[in-house]
Amino acid sequence: MADIIAGVATSHVPAIGAAIDLGKTQEPYWQPLFKGYEASKKWIAAVEPDVVILVYNDHASAFSLEIIPTFALGCAAEFQPTDEGWGPRPVPAVKGDPELAWHIAQSVILDEFDLTIVNNMTVDHGLTVPLSLMFGQPKEWPCRVIPLAVNVVQYPPPTGNRCYNFGKAIRKAVESFDKDLKVVIFGTGGMSHQLQGPRAGLINREFDTRFLDNLTRDPQALARMQHVEYVREAGSEGIEMVMWLIMRGALDDDAKEIYRFYHVPASNTAVGHIILENPR
Amino acid sequence: MTLQQQFDDIPGTTLFDAQRSRQGYHLNMFCMSLMKAENRAAFKANEAGFLEQFPLTPAQRDAILKRDWNGMIALGGNIYFLAKLFSTDGLSFQHVAALMTGSTQPEYAQMMLNGGRCADGNRSKSEWQQRG
Ligand SMILES: [Fe+2]
Repeated sequence: MADIIAGVATSHVPAIGAAIDLGKTQEPYWQPLFKGYEASKKWIAAVEPDVVILVYNDHASAFSLEIIPTFALGCAAEFQPTDEGWGPRPVPAVKGDPELAWHIAQSVILDEFDLTIVNNMTVDHGLTVPLSLMFGQPKEWPCRVIPLAVNVVQYPPPTGNRCYNFGKAIRKAVESFDKDLKVVIFGTGGMSHQLQGPRAGLINREFDTRFLDNLTRDPQALARMQHVEYVREAGSEGIEMVMWLIMRGALDDDAKEIYRFYHVPASNTAVGHIILENPR
Repeated sequence: MTLQQQFDDIPGTTLFDAQRSRQGYHLNMFCMSLMKAENRAAFKANEAGFLEQFPLTPAQRDAILKRDWNGMIALGGNIYFLAKLFSTDGLSFQHVAALMTGSTQPEYAQMMLNGGRCADGNRSKSEWQQRG
């Protein structure tokens, strides 16, 4: 049986990808941030997942305004990094897991989560930056990756509650897959940040800390939080944090926090990172 | 307050909702075209000429040519689409964020290093009005 053994949440700031790609990780501005991921890299190298389900959002890369899927699952065998306007990131192509991805799609749709099946798309910084943060700069990514893109650009995104319950459906799907696979689920984006308008630069450390605390203390309270509260308290782009709730929903109620890191700033953003493990 | 009023009360923030998405469709799709290197080159060679392929309003065309970022957002632009335009210009998210807040680059970068813009005092338009 396939099993989701842990969840990872992390910001996916594009400037972090640029810092890695341009060899700036040891510069004074970036060094504290990358130091915060050293323990996480060791952890995931020891865990050796077979598959990562990576929840992220596309930032007007694979999806423009022509088609705006609320949930889109990448079922292809391979995904190339997107040219986001300055050339594609020099990272390996992402290898998918079509068999498990199709199984998840069928299972969650019959469970009434009507996601979009995607056989051809590129993946942007939302997906590749978390891989770089967790796995560094290998020639090939060390595991298969199933991209799950969530719309958080066009209002309204899915509610936190919908995301949380979707996570539960994904878990059910994974556990009904009859191959022995170790699966880790990533929720990415956030934490507090606003990229637009006169209020750009908003950071809310108290909100972010409470959010990190409640991932283990009271995830149901997070699931009840309304969009307007995310936008007011955590900035217009802070809404990305609903994606963390898919990760959270896919874990046990009593999942344990084993690592946390928080750092301001990376460009315009508060970087948050947490690892939750299911009890064995 | 209704939900709409609660969103509208957040100062200095534009929600990319249905109305803005409809209004900004062609503006955003122009930005999207800049994901191709050949379109970036064609746009740089003749900006006004390149824009003729897109049914933009005169105000949208003007805001693009003037790089009026807040203006583009007010006319339905979305920041992730506008990112294709400022990347074509060689500008970063932080550079454009500074422009949108009306501060200089160094001021804005320093604000971020100091922990960013506090949520306190920035939750409601009434707080901004009091400050004047
Ligand atoms: Fe994002």
